[in-house]
Amino acid sequence: MIKLLKTVWSWLDDRIGISVLVSPARHIAPQDAKWWYVFGSATLVAFIVQIASGVALAFSYIPSSSQAYETLLFITNNAPFGSFLRGLHYYGASAMVLMIGAHMAQTFLFGAYKFPREMTWTTGICLLGFTLGMGFTGQLLRWDSTAAWSVVVAAEQAGRIPIIGDWVARFILGGNSIGGATLSRFFAIHVFVLPGIMFAFIGMHLWLVLRHGISEPPVAGKPVNPATYRAEYEELLKKSGKPFWPDLAWRDVIISTLLIIAIALAALLVGPPALDKPPDPSILAADPRPDWYLLWYFGLLSLIPERIEGYVMIGFPILIGLFLLFVPVWNHKGERAASRRPWAIAMACLSVIMIGALWWEGQHSPWSPNFEAQPLTAKVVGATSGPVFTGAQLFHDKGCLNCHLVQGFGGRRGPNLTYIADELTRDNMVIRIVNGGTNMPAYGSSLKPQEIDALVAFLQSRKRPLRPQDRPTEAQASVTSTMK
Amino acid sequence: MNTSLTESSSAPPIETPQEISRRRFFEKLSIALIGLCSAIVGLPLVGFIVAPFFRKAPEKWVTIGKPDDFQVGKTVAVTVTDPSSLPWAGVTAKSGVWLRRVSADNFIAFSANCTHLGCPVRWLPDADLFMCPCHGGVYYSDGKVAAGPPPLPLFRYDVRVVNGEVQMKQAIVPISTTL
Repeated sequence: MIKLLKTVWSWLDDRIGISVLVSPARHIAPQDAKWWYVFGSATLVAFIVQIASGVALAFSYIPSSSQAYETLLFITNNAPFGSFLRGLHYYGASAMVLMIGAHMAQTFLFGAYKFPREMTWTTGICLLGFTLGMGFTGQLLRWDSTAAWSVVVAAEQAGRIPIIGDWVARFILGGNSIGGATLSRFFAIHVFVLPGIMFAFIGMHLWLVLRHGISEPPVAGKPVNPATYRAEYEELLKKSGKPFWPDLAWRDVIISTLLIIAIALAALLVGPPALDKPPDPSILAADPRPDWYLLWYFGLLSLIPERIEGYVMIGFPILIGLFLLFVPVWNHKGERAASRRPWAIAMACLSVIMIGALWWEGQHSPWSPNFEAQPLTAKVVGATSGPVFTGAQLFHDKGCLNCHLVQGFGGRRGPNLTYIADELTRDNMVIRIVNGGTNMPAYGSSLKPQEIDALVAFLQSRKRPLRPQDRPTEAQASVTSTMK
Repeated sequence: MNTSLTESSSAPPIETPQEISRRRFFEKLSIALIGLCSAIVGLPLVGFIVAPFFRKAPEKWVTIGKPDDFQVGKTVAVTVTDPSSLPWAGVTAKSGVWLRRVSADNFIAFSANCTHLGCPVRWLPDADLFMCPCHGGVYYSDGKVAAGPPPLPLFRYDVRVVNGEVQMKQAIVPISTTL
């Protein structure tokens, strides 16, 4: 029996060339390429999870503007394993973005983008861009109210591109407004165009890894010299190289297994992202937000000064993309070790801090009004009748509380007014209310004088409580009372 | 015999000028045919995908109610369905408009899209303000910018009262192209 199987295998291998096909997995790699080198294969595994779960979801998902939402409800609530598969696809995307970020940071800090691997880095940067594109288009396929309004926001952003902006915006919308052509357009891009391009680039990326070899861990004081590097690398492989499969690949397999378990557990225990209201553009109570991996960009656009917003919106991604693509052009030789490249460490750390801080801001969105703000309680107001009470009611009804915080209640777009009476005089309060400011409307024409008085009375009651030592004694209070 | 075969297979054949010319001709012909095939398949494909660029906006008058449906001085959300939408557009054929009845026969229809980034603005009736949930853009009841990042007032659609019906002229989604 075994002999027969061997004969069949030999025949198939001879005719198909399976051994030749998988032989690159046995390429010789530096034996010191250990745990730091697992992120590339983990990214690839996450991509495979995306392909598998995406194909499965496509069995039930209908990319029609009128039916996609219903099919998503069916997949989530009725289809066997549907909720799990949606979760797998969502957390797989998250894992892919995280792994590609880790892979990029490791490559950058190890100087692995230097000669002769410049194009390996460049194709990797392109793959990062395509991955983010997949993330954005994937969020839109979750065809709910947030997705529909996100398309409008994307079109508005594209509209800022000089000269061709309006055309690009119409291309994104699939016409002059959201409609029947919008979703199918993003479906084609998400399911056919971008994955097709990604397959080509992943193939190229892997081919370049084989062509130039896996970079050896950097050694301080051993800079890359393009004239001698290839000979030195060949010598290193001859001396101590090991076949990638099976000698080195086991670490990749362990990390990839842990990654898949983590994705599956998240899908099972946390579940897929909840669907918002239906994608009905006449539902105006919508608050579009990007998924977490683009939240930092949302934060950036919200925090920059308005006068340069359009330039940053268009220019920032282009500049970052060009910078990353061309890093190896001006920095292709010299030291690779991070310990000899303090600027590289600083840039990597700053990038992580910047993206993390912007993500945090994007998550909390203090610039967005709080439409859920409830009227202040009697305990916070400190009165149940009179001008302070009336002022507190007006403070809620006129939308002030949507943007201002009072003792932890309200919005965060404007200044915190919990102790505003300690900072502004009565006259200054009136001036602010009547005239408004850059981020505050002028209420002069919409408030009656008695309403302004009530509002000011409420604001004047917003003082820091006196410390015990600052409180007047009974004797002082009695004198003050007599003087009045 | 073997030697001559090896030599003939490894050495490049000697080409006469005519043969060279003939082969170069077929080389160029092949390239031209590949280009032609690409054009035959590619041009309609590109045209199909970019067609929305050139599609004219259907500017039709649609009825949104009777004058008595709206109170003077009030601003309300009105749902408009695009009559020229694709059959499979479903709920996406709808759009929301803020309609304000200024006087007996004067109506203003505001686009619900914030001129900053297109998010749907909400009407706060007690405050007489439109407010955007995304970046806090604020507009007065006449659509003028009151605060925040919006570069332009709210877009207004044409409104008319004809035969006892309030009608709105449907237009394309206004895209702010200001940098």
